[in-house]
Amino acid sequence: MMFHRFSLTALVALASAVSMTACGTPPKDLDLSLQHASVQQRFVVRMEPPASGPAINQMHAWQVRLNSPDGAPVSQARIAFDGGMPQHGHGFPTQPRVTREIEPGVYALEGVKFSMTGWWDMRLAIQAGGVADTAVFNVIVEPTGVKR
Amino acid sequence: MKAFTASLAGLVLAVATAAVPPDAFGAPREERWSDAEKGVLASMLIERLPPAPADESNAFAARADAAALGKRLFADVRLSRDGRVACASCHAADKQFQDDRPLGQGQGTGRRRTMPVAAATHSTWLFWDGRKDSLWSQALGPLEDSLEHGANRVQLVRVLAAHYRRDYEAVFGPLPGLQGLPEQAGPLGDEAQRRAWQAMSGTQRDGVNRAFANLGKSIAAYERTLRHGESRFDRYVRAVLAGTHDAAPALSREEIAGLRLFLGKGQCATCHNGPLLSDQHFHNTGVPARDPARPDRGRAPAIAAVQADEFNCSGRYSDAPPQGCQELRFMALDTAAAEGAFKTPALRNVALRAPYMHAGQIATLEEVVEHYARSPAAPVGHSELAQRGAGHAERPPIRLSAQEQLELVAFLRALSGPIEELPAP
Repeated sequence: MMFHRFSLTALVALASAVSMTACGTPPKDLDLSLQHASVQQRFVVRMEPPASGPAINQMHAWQVRLNSPDGAPVSQARIAFDGGMPQHGHGFPTQPRVTREIEPGVYALEGVKFSMTGWWDMRLAIQAGGVADTAVFNVIVEPTGVKR
Repeated sequence: MKAFTASLAGLVLAVATAAVPPDAFGAPREERWSDAEKGVLASMLIERLPPAPADESNAFAARADAAALGKRLFADVRLSRDGRVACASCHAADKQFQDDRPLGQGQGTGRRRTMPVAAATHSTWLFWDGRKDSLWSQALGPLEDSLEHGANRVQLVRVLAAHYRRDYEAVFGPLPGLQGLPEQAGPLGDEAQRRAWQAMSGTQRDGVNRAFANLGKSIAAYERTLRHGESRFDRYVRAVLAGTHDAAPALSREEIAGLRLFLGKGQCATCHNGPLLSDQHFHNTGVPARDPARPDRGRAPAIAAVQADEFNCSGRYSDAPPQGCQELRFMALDTAAAEGAFKTPALRNVALRAPYMHAGQIATLEEVVEHYARSPAAPVGHSELAQRGAGHAERPPIRLSAQEQLELVAFLRALSGPIEELPAP
């Protein structure tokens, strides 16, 4: 389930910029968009949190919408998940997994749990039709749920 | 936001030491909290703790008759090898349901510190290493541990049959027949007991296992009724949120300074958050090993243990539906991060239950805070705390002056309150 943390360098660079302040302050220019191209532009990925919340420590599911750059749904992808709190040096308290394809190009990411408020990153390693790419999303979790 | 908290705290502390008069709004400056900080404070209020969550693996968890039976079982010394050890022997009601000892003391001396019971029902994973995934399954462990109760399954079911048959059967239905069973038998007992267990039929073992599991479910139903009451910290936060905290502050200036450090540069609230002041997760914070020759690996080996446990959520003695047990299904399996990691203890009433850490290695709260201020390297695995001079860019080292350490301890002492037994529903 682990995959190469290609984003580590970028994260360290970002985090260094704020390292003179206390931990817990996300970088000001953090990209919080939940839809964007994968790192090498091979896919367009949209992350959909639950309609409301989730509460801290509540297990829940997201949907991952995977499209090709021209907008066509990408089916039968294998998607590995990793992530955590970059500023706290720990991962998710659970091991979230993509468990099934709900409809063409739409995947269920189950077992997600945020154990505290703050900046979390969610990293996808995607393989589909002989193409591999990664996508990174940043989420700010507030007491009422994911900041939208 | 925390950077803001910390820098604000620094600023405010610097000013507060000069005994500044109240500001234009009447509140002393050290008591001013931003809206974001108030949000964090509110999230730590005891009343924000939801009611005891349903346990899908224990259909009897919320039943008053099960809880009443469990309360009697909790105090019954007959549930032990020598008739001298009950759950309550180490989880004493007059000691925060713990024993004040560095290591649990039953039939022998255990490896770890006795954990308090109140609010344990809010834990996904039980024990310091989380090797159990429910309160009822946790309750079974010490009963058969040779260093704790030292009992065995068949002996325990015989105690149920001899002394609790009517109440047990009213909750759970008929006890298994004991005719033809050995006096003592269990898979974790001594050699004779293990052999006797193996000699029993599958049906016999299953019947005993089910009654044994129900014994745990009953104790869990009782433990579920134990809750924390309010502390001075809660009264202070309520007053802050209501804007009335300056009238009769529930916390002293020193304690308030400690609270700011707790949320800010002390980094305590990174893990000690929510109403119980625990994220209920596992972290390696470099706590020294009790026995340096045999450092305790904590969570790492417990991951496989809970998966293999016949009394886990997906086992045959669980009441969970086939599609349930999400916590077990999505359990974090990364053993590297789990190496030397232990569950974040809740900090409610922490000042009332020294000594500290998973094996009682640290005697006082002052020394606990000093440990974090020092952030030593871990005896096994890797500490999540940034080490001094290690260039850990993602997280700054914890830096606390001697004065600040005292303030933090003062705050921790304000987290004490009563433990209440709720009337069963």
